[in-house]
Amino acid sequence: MSEKVLMKGNEAIAEAAILAGCRHYFGYPITPQTEIAAYMAKKMPKIGGCFLQAESEIAAINMVYGVAGAGKRVMTSSSSPGISLKSEGLSYLAGSDLPAFVVNVQRGGPGLGGIQPSQSDYFQATKGGGHGDYKMIVLAPASVQEMASLTVKGFDLADKYRMTAMILADGTMGQMMEPVSLSAVDVKDYDKPWAVTGTKMQRKHNIVNSLSLVPEELEQLNFARFERYKEVEANEVMYEEYLMDDAELCVVAFGIAARVSKNAINEARKAGVKVGMIRPITLWPFPKAPLLAAADRVRQFISVELNMGQMVEDIELAIRCKKPVTLCNRVGGMIPDPQQVLEAILNADKGGNA
Amino acid sequence: MKDDHCELRIANCELRDARRIVIFCGHYGSGKTNIAVNYALWRKRTADKVAIIDLDIVNPYFRTKDSDAELRKAGVELICSDYAGSNLDIPALPAEMQRPIADRSWTTVIDVGGDDQGAVALGRFSDQIRDEGNYDMLFVANFYRPLTRTPEEALGVLREIEAACGLRFTGVVNNSNLGRETTPADVLGTAQKAEALCKLANLPLVMTTVEASLLGKMQKNSCQVFPLTLQSKIF
Repeated sequence: MSEKVLMKGNEAIAEAAILAGCRHYFGYPITPQTEIAAYMAKKMPKIGGCFLQAESEIAAINMVYGVAGAGKRVMTSSSSPGISLKSEGLSYLAGSDLPAFVVNVQRGGPGLGGIQPSQSDYFQATKGGGHGDYKMIVLAPASVQEMASLTVKGFDLADKYRMTAMILADGTMGQMMEPVSLSAVDVKDYDKPWAVTGTKMQRKHNIVNSLSLVPEELEQLNFARFERYKEVEANEVMYEEYLMDDAELCVVAFGIAARVSKNAINEARKAGVKVGMIRPITLWPFPKAPLLAAADRVRQFISVELNMGQMVEDIELAIRCKKPVTLCNRVGGMIPDPQQVLEAILNADKGGNA
Repeated sequence: MKDDHCELRIANCELRDARRIVIFCGHYGSGKTNIAVNYALWRKRTADKVAIIDLDIVNPYFRTKDSDAELRKAGVELICSDYAGSNLDIPALPAEMQRPIADRSWTTVIDVGGDDQGAVALGRFSDQIRDEGNYDMLFVANFYRPLTRTPEEALGVLREIEAACGLRFTGVVNNSNLGRETTPADVLGTAQKAEALCKLANLPLVMTTVEASLLGKMQKNSCQVFPLTLQSKIF
């Protein structure tokens, strides 16, 4: 399917997952990501795959654990409250060093919140969410095409580093429709000697487990895991720079906020304001280096987010607080419009509009 | 909306003798809501009392409610869930929807939710609509949608919808598009598929819909073209 089709972001994720070799989907419906499950329900039976609507989110994530343990590509998807329910499972996946692919199409919170778009699970995704020391690779698409390409990338990274890769999108990204071209994916097969595939009486039993009662051993496991995380940080950072060459102000935004910001930046440029944007595509690993480099050139950073300013902390750490970071935001299911971002840019030296 | 331009083309667009109730169904994301809103506004030009009913219990994001102000300005009454566009995802429909269906002095456009799941909500009114026998139920097809790429796949969705709501379709709308990147060639390139679907389903092609700005480039097209003004976006 290389010609263009018109897809919702959610459908693009589902189709890309199938192209990436995923034949196991377990989930539980929740707005605004239900199209992923609906698409899988229609397609998986036709291609010999497994779609299963579990009895709960907790059941679904543990089914993911099972298939991941068997060395197969597997995914689940949900929206904010559902991801909270799955967080125990995410921690167990990390504790067992299993590759998995998870999608969070965020909605407003906390609690049951609402069904409209949000980016307020930034902390949850990038700092853990479940218990224990662990990281997930967090990918933030800003177009329907990227929903597809980052899904393919996510499956690859998960296998490569034996981690969970998460797409952190929002309700608008999931629901919006754009033309996408999807072509066959060259799926790289990773050796999985640890997978529970049956010994056939030819090798020792593999054990997939996150329980480790000897503290010295558990400590070593954690150290080894974080060595792997260092590799991810060194090799897998993705970001887009937009009009940063001569920029004196730097907008930092991801996903839907980056799309709105781009429109605002174009307007500000027309008014002669030298503003650009760094758009993190990986939220973890966070693009620290380009931000730190920009800190020597720009006089201020403006973080545009659909939350109360969660990414602001990562920007401040990345730039070592060299320059002020202001916040331009909407929450609760609201999206900042380009005018609001434009005003934040024009008022940057007066502390933004935060 | 370039009003005069549209006027001209709609005048040329000989829609079949318009029925009192016109229902738009189809695969989700095929463009039903945009068509229903534009069609209701068009019917208002010749009818006194026009209502549009939003029966969508599937998609809580893009809805008829988004065009509330425009409909209101034109004097088209919108009847939708009290929770449409809110933070509640409750598939509850108000009893008021009964009024323009039962009261035959109204011209009524019904925007049904996607797929068979969405069409279930229409079933509640099916007996009434069938008994009166003054309706069109139009299948909206976009052959660029991934699950309705072929006439056969579209026919599958069409039959599922009929089974879910208990009404038979009376026509097909070809709304094939690639969103804002659509070119006239993209639309014309689907004419054969639309024809094939009509043949398979034994239904007439009632109209081909295009975004209003493409209209001028569609003049040579033989099928009946209906222009659409799309809901605006900020991103």
